Amino acid sequence: MPWVVMAVALPFAGMLLALPLGRHAHRLAWAVLPSGLAVSVLLVVQVWRGGETVAYAIGGFAPPLGIALRADGLSALLVLTTALVVCATGLFALAEFRPPSAEREARASVLFWPLLFALWGALNAAFLGGDLFNLYVALELLTLAAVPLVSLEGKPETFAAALRYLLFALLGSVLYLVGVALLYGAYGTLDIALLAGAARSEPAAWAAGALMTAGLLAKTALFPLHLWLPPAHAGAPAAASAVLSGLVVKASFYLLVRLWFDALPAVAHPEAATLLAALGTAAILFGSVLALRQERLKLAVAYSTMAQLGYLFLMFPLTGGPTEAQPWSAGAWNGGILHAISHAFAKSAMFLAAGLILEAVGHDRIAGLGGIGRALPMTVFAFGLAGLSLMGLPPSGGFIAKWLLVTTALASGQWWWAVPMLAGGLLAAGYVFRVLNPALAGADEPVALRRPVPRRRQAIPLVLALLSVLLGLLPLGPYRLLWVGRPTAAEEGLG
Amino acid sequence: MTALLPLLILLTSLVPAVVIFFLPERAWRMRSAINLAGAGAKLGLVMYMLDRVAAGALYEFGFPLVAGLDLLLRVDALALLFVTLSAFLWLLTTIFAIAYLGHGPNQSRFFGFFSLCVFATTGIALSGSLITFFVFYELLTLSTWPLVVHRGDAPSLAAGRLYLAYTLGGSAALLLGILWLEGLVGPIEFTVHGSLAGVDPGTLRVCFLLLVGGLGVKAALVPLHAWLPTAMVAPAPVSALLHAVAVVKAGAFGILRVVFDVYGIGLVQGLGLGLPLAVAASATILYGSLRALAQSDIKRRLAFSTVSQVSYIALGAALAGPAAVVGGLVHLVHQGLMKITLFFCAGALAETLHIHRVEELDGAGRRMPLTMLAFSVAALGMIGVPPVAGFISKWYLGTGALQAGQVWVIFVLAGSSLLNAAYFLPLLYRAWFLPAAGGAAGPDRAAAPLGEEAEWGLVLPPLVTAAAALGAGLFAAVAFSPLGWARLIVARDYGLW
Repeated sequence: MPWVVMAVALPFAGMLLALPLGRHAHRLAWAVLPSGLAVSVLLVVQVWRGGETVAYAIGGFAPPLGIALRADGLSALLVLTTALVVCATGLFALAEFRPPSAEREARASVLFWPLLFALWGALNAAFLGGDLFNLYVALELLTLAAVPLVSLEGKPETFAAALRYLLFALLGSVLYLVGVALLYGAYGTLDIALLAGAARSEPAAWAAGALMTAGLLAKTALFPLHLWLPPAHAGAPAAASAVLSGLVVKASFYLLVRLWFDALPAVAHPEAATLLAALGTAAILFGSVLALRQERLKLAVAYSTMAQLGYLFLMFPLTGGPTEAQPWSAGAWNGGILHAISHAFAKSAMFLAAGLILEAVGHDRIAGLGGIGRALPMTVFAFGLAGLSLMGLPPSGGFIAKWLLVTTALASGQWWWAVPMLAGGLLAAGYVFRVLNPALAGADEPVALRRPVPRRRQAIPLVLALLSVLLGLLPLGPYRLLWVGRPTAAEEGLG
Repeated sequence: MTALLPLLILLTSLVPAVVIFFLPERAWRMRSAINLAGAGAKLGLVMYMLDRVAAGALYEFGFPLVAGLDLLLRVDALALLFVTLSAFLWLLTTIFAIAYLGHGPNQSRFFGFFSLCVFATTGIALSGSLITFFVFYELLTLSTWPLVVHRGDAPSLAAGRLYLAYTLGGSAALLLGILWLEGLVGPIEFTVHGSLAGVDPGTLRVCFLLLVGGLGVKAALVPLHAWLPTAMVAPAPVSALLHAVAVVKAGAFGILRVVFDVYGIGLVQGLGLGLPLAVAASATILYGSLRALAQSDIKRRLAFSTVSQVSYIALGAALAGPAAVVGGLVHLVHQGLMKITLFFCAGALAETLHIHRVEELDGAGRRMPLTMLAFSVAALGMIGVPPVAGFISKWYLGTGALQAGQVWVIFVLAGSSLLNAAYFLPLLYRAWFLPAAGGAAGPDRAAAPLGEEAEWGLVLPPLVTAAAALGAGLFAAVAFSPLGWARLIVARDYGLW
């Protein structure tokens, strides 16, 4: 079976079915979520067993003429991560977006499911596309599914946030599309594998690379293009925030990695890589400080996303580097990818936990959450576990990722990148414990719960948080999967 | 099977931790049973391994995570010194904690994190490489924090914040030091003579500063000690954990590992790092004692006393002479036995008679004779009165200082002993020789042979640890005494004796 095609087609089929089902769309989740997860697992098994990139030419036409879907280790891992996060979020949302008797909330419940399935399909299309124009289409679909999710509850302030998000995303798309056109004009192909052979370091390629990078940065919300992210991610309903913060921003980051390491490694300039990392550093520091200063829990979590995205960009100047003393290869590249994956689990867990707290208490003002640990122990524990990964403390995926990045920085003599990463960890500890410390406060004035939260629901963020922790305890296996089809630039560096 | 022993010994505290988290609050019988079973199983395993390792066995268990990041557990003689201490004290602290907390709130959380703490401590002791050490060291920080804030009142929360600010800052320095060194020489395992040959001396000095500075936070080296006296607001069993079983010991043990097994004693001396470390430790010893003198809260006085006493361990390692090293190693155990006794007693006094301050101790000896007996033995040991264990530590440290030609250390030790006497003897005097203020005890209870002693769970643990501290001094010449074991480590593993 071509699992690559199924991974894209199945969620979209779910979306098409969900639309006519209307009020009953949530029932479809019981079919689409498990089968989508199964397809993703089978795809990973296929790539793992085969040990090489799985390619599928749609309609049987080979790339210069037709369109290819490709799955290497990186794509397969991201598809699996997406499936796990979407399934967990879907289960979580079943209690929230199920049509009640009241008319008011019916619209959100009807719309949520097709949007979630469309988002899933678009994510998989982005992770599996082998052609820069296809990827553009996938990104556009992603934006069109993500923006309505922000304003799903129909509050006026979320409309403003959604509009701002749309503005940045469209700007990004335009820049990206212009870059794509330039590349097509220069080399006559948009297939990533073919471009890698053809592209040379020349003005057309530089301009295209710069435009596409700028477009993707706007969609990834890298500092200083982050302005849209906090209100959008904090304003969306918890289930939507989880996928937006955990997954959607990773798709544009993934395209950036593909563009730099797979399509145009020869074009990439060391100074440009340094610039990306410098912006990443600024994002870590500013985002963390802003997260520390928020009064509302969901906003703090959203600013933390802005900070955590910064780490991803440090992998650009750190790949390659001298490798004599390192027993590992491609440490920084692995580290960046691992950070993206563990952040996906940790952040979705955190947003779902924050959503449960908001739902139970009726507000999410951090100052008013004293003693919440007593009322919702599992949720607070999940929040803390997810925080472990964000702080980069062992045992967690975030720790291994940071370990790989910092070691590479020190081993290659670029110690100045190590310092902000460690400082970012301390700042993250600041904003995580700012919530946890009062949460364990005594019972002088315990928070009153508006309604009890069943343990079943509390378990969902806990499972996601445990996944982000377990990622730090997995033996070598997944890294071997990550090596399947890894570009040479991941080992030797850019330029 | 034997290869899995290190893993098994970790599981004896991890499994209880995980199970207890999911136990309902009211299942206290079940919780206590699981706790005691885990602690008992751990002690049994440790006894078995003590015997095997004395006969020359070495247990190793490796678990690769990423290329270059292996979790490595290794049971050598030094590891066992620490594990034995923490396993023995864990059992007693568990008994004490069950009695102390009674039916208070949030017990599943408390005992879950308590077991997790011991799991992390065991991991620290058994770590065979620097990065493994770091993983467990961080786990210890995080699992101790909920215990420090357990009471949930404002002082506890403030203490928790301070604790995190200090320890997480220390961890960042430690991690930077570890990764810097590993970037130069690859993964670092604990080997006898260190593995850093050929690295630029300047870099080595900076890394040493980062490592010892990071570890010094938990070891409460001045000026990184401020969190420890503040954290005494935590319940008494947690103080026992902080001061004797786990936290400060983890810092001191880390310094031992860095000096002995990462750099190697020879390299530390060769780089000229021994003397600065000895001076820092000495300064901490004197400063801690001076501050202890000025405290009128009993637990705070004990906390500053810990600041002072734990640095004996680092001092021994820094002086490098064989006797000094033995003195430092053995003090790891001796200080643990004596200090846990003192904190158990302070907890029992606070719980039973609501005595928190020094002035309130008047006549406590008659009201709680067994508790105060244990307290007295431990306090005399801290001062260094023979035959209690503290004397052995000081004797070896002093001899070692002379061997190393550092005569000034003798004055530090003598000064510290004087100060110890100055802040402990008044307590004993008040307790035994002054009458109780206002006749607080009713005639019927005061006449009872045991006065107002609380239930056995609060009395037995300090008596056992006090007896152990006395025994460690009286029977120091026996092969399996702490001193005997420390000499085995120094002679066999480091070839110093």
